[in-house]
Amino acid sequence: MTSRPLSTTLSLILLTLGVGMIALLLQVNRHIQEQMENNVRGIDMVVGAKGSPLQLILSAVYHIDAPTGNIALPEAERFQKNRLVASGIPLSYGDSYQGYRIVGTDHQYPELYNATVAEGRLWQSSFEVTVGATVANLLNLKIGDTFVGSHGLTEGGEAHGDHAYEVVGVFDYSNSVLDQLILTPTESVWEVHNHGGEEASTTPVGNESPAREEKHDHEEGEEHDEHNGEHEHQEDEEHGHEEGEEHHEQEEEQEITAMLVKFRSPMGMVQLPRRVNEDTNMQAAVPAYEISRLFNLMGVGVDTLTTIALIIMVVSGLSVFISLYNALKDRQYEMALMRTYGASRWQLVGLVVQEGLLLTLVGFLLGILVSRVGLWLVSNLMEASYHYSFSGWGWLAEEWWLLASALSIGLLASLLPAVRVFRINISKTLANA
Amino acid sequence: MARGKKLMFRTHSLSFAYNRQVSFQFPDVELEAGENLLILGESGIGKTTLLHLMAGLLPPQSGKVELRGTTLHELSSSQLDRFRGSHIGLVFQRPHFVRALSLQENLALVQHLARKPLDKPRIKEVLDGLGIGHKLSEKPHRLSQGEQQRAAIALAVVNRPQLILADEPTSSLDDKNAHRVARLLQEQATATEAQLIIITHDQRLKAQFSNTLTL
Repeated sequence: MTSRPLSTTLSLILLTLGVGMIALLLQVNRHIQEQMENNVRGIDMVVGAKGSPLQLILSAVYHIDAPTGNIALPEAERFQKNRLVASGIPLSYGDSYQGYRIVGTDHQYPELYNATVAEGRLWQSSFEVTVGATVANLLNLKIGDTFVGSHGLTEGGEAHGDHAYEVVGVFDYSNSVLDQLILTPTESVWEVHNHGGEEASTTPVGNESPAREEKHDHEEGEEHDEHNGEHEHQEDEEHGHEEGEEHHEQEEEQEITAMLVKFRSPMGMVQLPRRVNEDTNMQAAVPAYEISRLFNLMGVGVDTLTTIALIIMVVSGLSVFISLYNALKDRQYEMALMRTYGASRWQLVGLVVQEGLLLTLVGFLLGILVSRVGLWLVSNLMEASYHYSFSGWGWLAEEWWLLASALSIGLLASLLPAVRVFRINISKTLANA
Repeated sequence: MARGKKLMFRTHSLSFAYNRQVSFQFPDVELEAGENLLILGESGIGKTTLLHLMAGLLPPQSGKVELRGTTLHELSSSQLDRFRGSHIGLVFQRPHFVRALSLQENLALVQHLARKPLDKPRIKEVLDGLGIGHKLSEKPHRLSQGEQQRAAIALAVVNRPQLILADEPTSSLDDKNAHRVARLLQEQATATEAQLIIITHDQRLKAQFSNTLTL
């Protein structure tokens, strides 16, 4: 092997590429699926403004797309009273801090992801925030810190200079989208966008809970206190930045961006989405359905890449074969020599097979290494552009299969050279040397 | 040739045919303890074939080869490989080594292939005896022609064989080196109490051997 560095290197590179690509695809696929499924847990349906259902899911559940628009809170609440609905979590978003979304919601939202507070407490009143673990970690936010949110979901939006949020708590890692979010009462989001209101602009930061309702310019706050107690009172809201121009006309109507709905029974799945889509000017999207549609769309790409990677692996097998075969041609004399010094046929066969296996094993290990480096890069990229990161670099069951197939390629590639070595004619080889 | 002493090596009515046109019939050879043999012959009359038959590298068409009571071609393939590894030392016309290994590693490999334990003092002893002890960790192909030929002898004798077979060991060497190599082979054979058979067309060696056979 070492005597033919070029062909050995070529085989190794091909093998590394093939294994690396497949392993990377497997890992990325698994992480995306895991993340997607983890985040969609407990959400049967999302209600939001009309538009693309996939966009609604991506924005409301995964917080990676722009919202479709806003819906009127009363309408959403009417729907929430339906007996098939177990719970509805209001979400209002549209602002961000250094690229991390500020989401106005109630305490049901962290409960949905079984998130626990690592430090401090949950938000209670306007402009108090509890931040996700990743956000706190990356932005170095601690309890007592204050910051100003900005318009829009990306960095560099117009700052809401006069409304500072105060950090009152930090979540523990929940391995869900929550890690990437900054949570606050719905009122905060609403007040921030209501610059005109005299009282709103003077709302002090960090007021204790009883204060929150009264501080509103909009007194409709009370009208929904009647239903499910605790969470509903936070639902009054103001919407995202894109609609910033409109919000002056709509000031009188409280709006939220979306509502995450859980059904009481499977019957809800049958009836509610259709009813929402037909009878209201809201849109209902079912995450499970949209996500499987998304996977189907992605699947085509993944399948193509997998096929390419498999072809590369087969070619690498061929290359290993040629490299072994050529090396053998050069070393036939050595092989014959070793036979004359007492090596048996099987010892030499073992030698050749060992060489093939060693080559493919090294290729496999390099490939795995490449896949992990690739995963790390992809993760960084996702982190930078979507604030999504992968966790866990675990060994997948499929990777054992990958190892098995890499080794079989090595075995297969060394088969013919091995047969040749086995049947080597020592006398002739020595005489012709 | 038989003189009634202890018979160490003999061949009996050996013949071999590559095909119908090319076939060889070899005279019998019998060697006793302490006896060496120089086989002389022109090219193309089956010298190398005879050597390979004697070493068990080729199966004879008829006849047999016997080394200290063991008939070579009655052994199975792997038994024969093992027997050859531990009891027969071969020196070829052009020296060959495993390129990737140093001289010492080559010798260690030969010991290993013969399933003998690694014996570094023996390696050193053999190389010193051949005057190339200082080339121990050199790659064989970096040695000079003469040194390579001596290294090849080292490979043949390191396992203390009972029979040393040399195929044209001197043909590519000048007079001085040819005599030296022949003498070294004789010395090594004496040292390991082995029978030495040199097959060559090199008439220069005639003077050094009392026992010659012309094909």
